[in-house]
Amino acid sequence: MKNYKAKPIATSEITPKELFYGRREFIQLAGGLSLAAILPKSVWAIDKLANVKKSSYTVAEELTPYKDVTSYNNFYEFGTGKENPAENAGSLKTRPWTVAVEGEVKKPKIFDIDELLKLAPLEERVYRLRCVEAWSMVVPWVGYSLAELIKRVEPTGNAKYVEFISLHDPEQMPGQKSSVLEWPYREGLRLDEAMHPLTLLAVGLYGEALPNQNGAPIRVVIPWKYGFKSAKSIVKIRFVEKPPVTSWMQAGPGEYGFYSNVNPEVDHARWSQAKERRIGEFFKRKTLMFNGYADDVGQLYAGMDLKKDF
Amino acid sequence: MKLKNLSNKTIAIIKIVMFLLALIPLAKLGWLAYQDDLGANPIEKITRTTGYWTLTFLMITLAATPLKKLTGWSWLIRLRRMLGLFAFFYAALHFSTYLVLDQFFDWDSIIKDIAKRPYITVGFPAFLLLIPLAVTSTDDMIRLLGGKRWKLLHRSVYFCAIGGVIHYWWLVKKDLTNPITFALILALLLGFRLFYWLGSIRKQKLSAQLATLS
Repeated sequence: MKNYKAKPIATSEITPKELFYGRREFIQLAGGLSLAAILPKSVWAIDKLANVKKSSYTVAEELTPYKDVTSYNNFYEFGTGKENPAENAGSLKTRPWTVAVEGEVKKPKIFDIDELLKLAPLEERVYRLRCVEAWSMVVPWVGYSLAELIKRVEPTGNAKYVEFISLHDPEQMPGQKSSVLEWPYREGLRLDEAMHPLTLLAVGLYGEALPNQNGAPIRVVIPWKYGFKSAKSIVKIRFVEKPPVTSWMQAGPGEYGFYSNVNPEVDHARWSQAKERRIGEFFKRKTLMFNGYADDVGQLYAGMDLKKDF
Repeated sequence: MKLKNLSNKTIAIIKIVMFLLALIPLAKLGWLAYQDDLGANPIEKITRTTGYWTLTFLMITLAATPLKKLTGWSWLIRLRRMLGLFAFFYAALHFSTYLVLDQFFDWDSIIKDIAKRPYITVGFPAFLLLIPLAVTSTDDMIRLLGGKRWKLLHRSVYFCAIGGVIHYWWLVKKDLTNPITFALILALLLGFRLFYWLGSIRKQKLSAQLATLS
């Protein structure tokens, strides 16, 4: 297994988004600057995240373009088509926003989103993202380890699992008017999975606040699991004793298991997981065990039958 | 203008218009490809689009007979061949997309797909079955086979349509809206035939009984 941590991507090799979108920004610059002169800073600077440091948790692979990351999404709260979230997520209001952290913890608390943004230093981490539908991306997320939050609420001895609950508001999330999944969207992790440093509490991508269609204002990213495990637009994090039943487990118990680790050897009930199409590439590539993070997370599943606990 | 009996010239015009309309989905794909606007996953987009239009043309083709029986417009049948060939045309594009763009002639993986993936197991034969229908669509072939045998052969299009809808149903992750819509339309179109067929059997029996009575 290639050690992805060994060579963090050189800053010089990453085309900054500013350059990538240079032309468009140049055209907009004149108008933008004059607007900025009139408006208070809080209005125009809201999307840029400040003081983001590069993390060593970064794969040296070509980034999926910003446009694809933000226009090809599975976020059924805004419709089941890949382009639906980008089209419909404008109705999501990300301020005010709170995240209730509760259950088997000594210090339950309702966090304000702006408090969460400052809870720990923000890091940029370039992770692979592997969808259960056999496509993949490489995304520069911004956030910090979920463990930072978990430590602060002090889980009790009974906390064995963590449940993530996403916003349920059909007015803001028109896809919830359809019963394609049971709302609110619920996901879950074992506590040790949630505590793993790779498990990211993400608030941004490409150096800016999360676009709505990518799960604004706050989501988790678990890079060694299929994408749907990484709950978006989270409003509640609950520590529980029994494994939570997730929305996808309810939707297809034989197709979506609690673990849903990326595994080329365990196929989906209806399609193969051996290969994937990296967005932007023509030829399919081989899917890696735990999405290439086997060295880090393999030991979490030692002795388990991954065919049974899929 | 009487809709029941159209002149050959009118039918020819309808056919030309229909031919051009049927090419719009392909033209649109071509235009989007040229504009580099097929989205983040162009191969998926092409596969979905050609698959969708294969099923749509199959449904339109299967609607010709019921519509003719309901309206008495017999010229509808003269459009059927072109519609059926367009169904085959989009199916061939769909299959080629899978073969070339999606799998890039990875025969090992294709054979595995056909054997192990139920939606491909049912979709592949449905496509294969369309080939003899397309090949025998010419007037010469109808003559060569004889009307009865030809009709019997072309009834297998029912299986192609059923297979195609199941193929779609089984590949969708969760949102079944489109497959259900196709399934309902197909049920209506095949149900009409069943209803009509049962009715004609009853009529035959009745006339046979009347014959013995007299």
